[in-house]
Amino acid sequence: MNRNRLLRRAVTALAVAGLVLPVAACSSSGSGGGSGSGDTGASKSADAATPLDPKTKVTISIDCQPPTTKTAERKEWAEDIAEFNKIYPNVTINSKDASPCEEPPKFTAQLQGKTQTDVFYSYFTDLQQVLDAGGAADITAYVNEKTVPAFKDIDPSVLATLTDGGKLYGLPKSNYKMGLLYSRSLFKKAGLDPDKPPTTWDEIRADAKKIAALGGGVNGYGDYSATNQGGWHFTAELYGLGGTMVNEDGSKAAFNTAEGKQVLQNLYDMRWTDKSMSAAQGLKWPDLMTQMAAGKLGMYIGAPDDITYMVQTLKGDYQDYGMGPMPGGKAALLGGDDYMFKAGSTPDQIKAGIAWINFKYLTMGKGQFNYSRTKADGLPVGLPEPFFFTGDSLAKDNQLKAASATVPVANYAPYLSVQVPGKTEPANAQQIYKVMDNPVSAVLTDQHANVDKLLSDAETQVNQVLANLQ
Amino acid sequence: MAAITVPGKAAHGLDPGEDGTPRRSRRGLAQKVRRNLSAYGFLLGALLCFGFFTWYPMVREVIMSFQKTKRGTTTWVGMENLQRIFNDPAFWQAWRNTLLYTGLALLLGFAVPFVVAVVLNELRHARAYLRVLVYLPVMMPPVASVLLFKYFYDPDFGLFNHILAFLHLPTSAWLNSTSTAMLSVVIASTWMNMGGATLVYLAALQTIPGELYEAAELDGAGLLRKIWHVTIPQTRLILSLLLLLQIVATMQVFVEPFLLTGGNGPQGSTTTVVYLVYQYAFNFNNYGSASALGLVMLLVLAGFSAVYVRLSRETD
Repeated sequence: MNRNRLLRRAVTALAVAGLVLPVAACSSSGSGGGSGSGDTGASKSADAATPLDPKTKVTISIDCQPPTTKTAERKEWAEDIAEFNKIYPNVTINSKDASPCEEPPKFTAQLQGKTQTDVFYSYFTDLQQVLDAGGAADITAYVNEKTVPAFKDIDPSVLATLTDGGKLYGLPKSNYKMGLLYSRSLFKKAGLDPDKPPTTWDEIRADAKKIAALGGGVNGYGDYSATNQGGWHFTAELYGLGGTMVNEDGSKAAFNTAEGKQVLQNLYDMRWTDKSMSAAQGLKWPDLMTQMAAGKLGMYIGAPDDITYMVQTLKGDYQDYGMGPMPGGKAALLGGDDYMFKAGSTPDQIKAGIAWINFKYLTMGKGQFNYSRTKADGLPVGLPEPFFFTGDSLAKDNQLKAASATVPVANYAPYLSVQVPGKTEPANAQQIYKVMDNPVSAVLTDQHANVDKLLSDAETQVNQVLANLQ
Repeated sequence: MAAITVPGKAAHGLDPGEDGTPRRSRRGLAQKVRRNLSAYGFLLGALLCFGFFTWYPMVREVIMSFQKTKRGTTTWVGMENLQRIFNDPAFWQAWRNTLLYTGLALLLGFAVPFVVAVVLNELRHARAYLRVLVYLPVMMPPVASVLLFKYFYDPDFGLFNHILAFLHLPTSAWLNSTSTAMLSVVIASTWMNMGGATLVYLAALQTIPGELYEAAELDGAGLLRKIWHVTIPQTRLILSLLLLLQIVATMQVFVEPFLLTGGNGPQGSTTTVVYLVYQYAFNFNNYGSASALGLVMLLVLAGFSAVYVRLSRETD
C-alpha cells in the first residue's frame, strides 16, 4: 500500500468521523430531555403525600428562568434558588432560560420529542395537548396542606384548568382575567374621565369616537383578527356579554346568538360607521400594545400583564395605562400559566419540583410574593395579577402588595372593584378560534359584511370541526 | 486536448487481466471497492445526513399519516386522518388559495424576471450595477423584506397608498381585503425572489450565439420577433426547468402570507396548504392530520412533476 493511499484512507476516516460524530451527538441529545434522574433511583419515596425529605439528593431541570436581558428577575431567580437550597441543600436545580417562556409551536414539538424539562412551564389551555402527548405526571397524591400549605386558598376555577378526570396535573404560576385596557392620557386629551372607563359596549363606542376624533392617526378602539387571536378576543367579548362558545358537552357551537351577533355588530359599527378603528387590520399580538404604547390607541381588550409589556419592553409609562372591567360584566375570560411535571419523573423529582413551585410561586412573602424585594429591584408591584388566591392568602397578598406598591394602583381600581366571574376557554379552543378569525376579520375588512351570514357560516364550520374531533 | 484519466482505472471501466484483457471477477469487484473506499467514505457522511434529516422524516410522515396519538398512546387509524382533513372546511379553501397564489406567482414571478433579464441583456451601460440592484432583494433576510412590504401596504400610512394618492389614483386596502390580499402577497414575494431567476435567465441569454440575432435582423425581425423566434426557443430548456421549480416552490408558500397576514388573511383569503399543515401540527397538536395533509401535498406535487416530465419527453 503506497503512502498516497494510506493518506487518502486516513483523510477518509477523519472525514467520515467528522460527519458521523455530530450526527451521533445530535441524535443522542434528542433522546433524553429529562435530567438528573440517575441520582435518585435508589431513594424512591414510598409515600407520595409526605413532603420531600431535606436529605434527599435529587436533580431537576426547570424552564422559564428569566433571560439575561431581564437582569433583576434573573438575579431574583438565583437568590430564590440559593434560599431554597438552604432548606433543601441536596436538591440541584438546572435552570433553562427562555423568553417568552412558551412558544406554542416549539412547545408542541418539545412534547412530541419528549424534551420538555422535568418541571415545565405551560399555559392553562395546554393541558389537553400535554395529556394527549403523554407528557405530564399525575400529582394528585403529592399535593396537600403539608406540601402546598396555601393550596386550599387557590381559586377552584384556576385549579379546574389543571385538572382532568379528577386528577391534578399542575400548579399555577400566575393568572389573569381579561378586561378593558385603556390609555389614560388619550382619555384626558379626548375630554373623558380616566377614572371612569366605559363598562358597556355602547359606552365604548361613544368614547372610541371621541378618541378617534383627536386625529393624527389615533384610533379609539383596536382588536386582533389574525393567527387565531380574532377568535380568542371574540370569545372574551362574547363571555362579557354572557354568551358561550360551545354547548355543555363541547360538541356543538353555541355562539350564533344575540350576544354573538352583538360582538360582531359592535366591531362592524366601530370600524365602518364610527370609523373609530384603524383601516389596517389583521392585527395580532403584540400589535395593539405597540399602538397603545405609541399613543395611537385608546382602548382594547387585554390582560393586566400587557401593561408590564408596554412599560418594560415598549418603554411606556405606568401612569398612562388604566384598566377597567370586561365590558358587559357577565364573565371574563380567564387565563394563566402554570408548571407541570414531566411524565416518567421519579417521585423525588416530583416532590422536589412541588417544593420549588410552592416556595417560588405559592408562598406569601417568598419568591414572586416577596414584594419588598421586587420593589427594591425596581420591578413593578401592585399590578392586579396574579390573583388566584382567595381567603386568608388573598387578604395577606393584598396587604403585602399595598405596603410595597410602586405602580399607580388606583389606575386599576375600576378593574378590581367589579368582581367579574372568570370563565375558562372552551375545549379545542385553537381549532374554534381559527374558524372565528374569519367573521372577525370579515367585519373589520369588508364594509358589506353580513353579520348574520358570517355567524351562521362560522357555526356550521365549527360544528364540522367539532364533529371531526369526536 | 489532453485526456482526463482517473488514477487506477482503465478507460473502459473493466479491470485488466494478467494477459492484459478485461475480466470481471469477485476479486476485481473487491479491488474496485477498495479503490473507491475514499469515495464511499465521503458518500457515507452524505447518506447518513440525508437518511437522518430527509429520508427518515419522510418515512415517518407517511407512517404518522395513518396514526393517532391520544393520552400518549399511538394507534393505527387507517384513513381517519385523511377523512378529517378532507372534511375540514379550510381544506378546499387552502387549495384554492394555493392554486391562486401559484397562478399569480407564475404570471408575475415567471414573466417579470424574464423580461428584466432580456432588458438587462440588451443594456450596454451600467449592466453590472443593475444586476446587483436586481439581485439585492434576494440577499435581504426574507423576514425583513416581508415586514418592509407590510409597512408599504398599510392602508393609512403605507408608501403605496401615498404614491397612489399623490397620483390622484384610487387607493387600495391591500392586505385588508379579500380581493387584493393574495395579490399583495404575490407582489411582495416576486420582489423578494426575482433576483435569482433573473440571473439564471441572464446566464441563459448570454449563451445564445450572437449570429442568430444578426441573422434575424437581416431577415427584418424587430425586438419582439427576435425574442419570440430566437430568445424563447434558445432558452426553452432553462425556462421549462425554472417553471417546474417555481411551481413546486410556490405551492409550498408559507413565510410570506404567515408574516404579512398572520397566515389566514381576511376571511381566510391567504390560508395556504402549508400554513394549514402548520396549524394542524403546532396549533392543534394533531401531527397525524398534519402528516396526512403533507402527504396529499407531496402526492399532488409528485403527480405534477411526473406529468411534466412525460410532456417534456414527448415534446423533445
